[in-house]
Amino acid sequence: MELPIYLDNNATTPLDPRVLEAMLPYFTNKFGNAASRNHAFGWVAEEAVDYSREQVAKLIGCTEKEIIFTSGATEADNLGIKGVFEMYQDKGNHIITATTEHKAVLDTCKHLEKAGARVTYLKVKEDGLIDLQELEAAMTDQTILVTIMYGNNEIGVVQPIKEISAIAHKHGALFMTDATQAVGKIPVDVNADGIDLMAFSAHKMYGPKGVGVLYVRRKNPRVKVTAQMDGGGHERGMRSGTLNVPGIVGLGKACELCRLEMDSEAKRLSGLRDKLETALTQLEESYVNGNVNHRLPHVANISFKYVEGEGLMMAMKDLAVSSGSACTSASLEPSYVLKSLGLSDDLAHSSIRFGLGRFTTEEEIDYAIENTKKAVNHLRDLSPLWEMFKEGIDLSKIEWAEH
Amino acid sequence: MAYSEKVMEHYTNPRNVGTLDKDSKSVGTGLVGAPECGDVMRLQIEVDENNVITDAKFKTFGCGSAIASSSLATEWLKGKTVDEALTIDNMDIVEELALPPVKIHCSVLAEDAIKSAINDYRVKNGMAPFELAKSHH
Repeated sequence: MELPIYLDNNATTPLDPRVLEAMLPYFTNKFGNAASRNHAFGWVAEEAVDYSREQVAKLIGCTEKEIIFTSGATEADNLGIKGVFEMYQDKGNHIITATTEHKAVLDTCKHLEKAGARVTYLKVKEDGLIDLQELEAAMTDQTILVTIMYGNNEIGVVQPIKEISAIAHKHGALFMTDATQAVGKIPVDVNADGIDLMAFSAHKMYGPKGVGVLYVRRKNPRVKVTAQMDGGGHERGMRSGTLNVPGIVGLGKACELCRLEMDSEAKRLSGLRDKLETALTQLEESYVNGNVNHRLPHVANISFKYVEGEGLMMAMKDLAVSSGSACTSASLEPSYVLKSLGLSDDLAHSSIRFGLGRFTTEEEIDYAIENTKKAVNHLRDLSPLWEMFKEGIDLSKIEWAEH
Repeated sequence: MAYSEKVMEHYTNPRNVGTLDKDSKSVGTGLVGAPECGDVMRLQIEVDENNVITDAKFKTFGCGSAIASSSLATEWLKGKTVDEALTIDNMDIVEELALPPVKIHCSVLAEDAIKSAINDYRVKNGMAPFELAKSHH
């Protein structure tokens, strides 16, 4: 077993060697531009892109023509939301999303507010799921788009996508989802789920960085988005720019591997995740964040009360994980996702996200359990809050000097 | 961002972790910060009849830099007179630990903890507390 152990697969995943192998020729002798229609170099590249489109389409249950390649999920989120807003402005200006969305969605919505959009940010319940009745109540005849993420990047909860899309459609709105964390991990089918637009990226599923997809429905209804970049009219005019052929080949291969291995992999990962979670919640005052019944198989987000996340990560120095603690970001604000669940700031500061992946082994999980337990106990020995808790002092009654 | 060697060293081998008897007249306790902000320091000093700090202990809830700052503070306090201790400036801690700008608040908190412990000691022993500068936050 090699150290450090990578348990941050929600941030990014390593490239699968099989994906790399598929990509390599397209960096060197198959270097053509997929838009070069009049020679063999172009045809080879175009053929590879078309094949990738098939592989992607098979994974999410759509047709090849509905796949728009982008530079990643952030671009796909931008293109989907801004593109729908501009295309459907005549129908209305209201967009509904949720407070726990990724910044690529939230900041895009904020941008549109300056351009005249009205945006409703749905709160989530304590378990991280949105309230369907609140969604229903928020719908108006001006609502053109509902965009709710499939699986959350911090806590892994999976939203009731079918029910959400049904409500959106009932009121004549389109439904979009940022499915970056879900595609390739759990079954996602755009028809069964009623999805009109969907953003995701390759590097979260063992593909390369710098390539992603916006799925745009072509039938029932035919959805159109206004291009956000002007240029050569690639991707049916919705996304100009020379196609990243090696990246797209890698994305296709990554999708194929995920499709073939998803069932067994999801079982294996949820087994390891449960083992980790069961062991770590045996520690006193530790809590799992988010709904444990509706979630991705590979994420565990746990708060260890009375220790601070960044300090804890330093003690877990052989583990690469992430924390909702403020100290890990420049903002000095703890995770807005955890705060949206109603977690107090101190519990948000105390959280650690474990993100398992295809290359995580049981041996690594066993090591992670021991390492984490040791680190939590060590930091609690250093923690004045732990000492006060143990003495029975009610910390909420103390007048802290906010700074 | 990687931590400086000195932060790592104090974090890995924190000096003077522990608790002094907060009810003793010779002990001053400073508890600063807030759980919501992600750091709380408790720093305690024991002072002898010559006004010399003979012992110092800390416990800190916070990031590595906060733990290192308080560990360093206890190390510096031991053997100093109370008056000397008052001259410890947060920028001395920043310099010694090579703290980046985003971690300067950890050193400020350590300075506040020192001053707050000294004032607790003074008040317990019938002296007026020092006026603390509140400009840091």
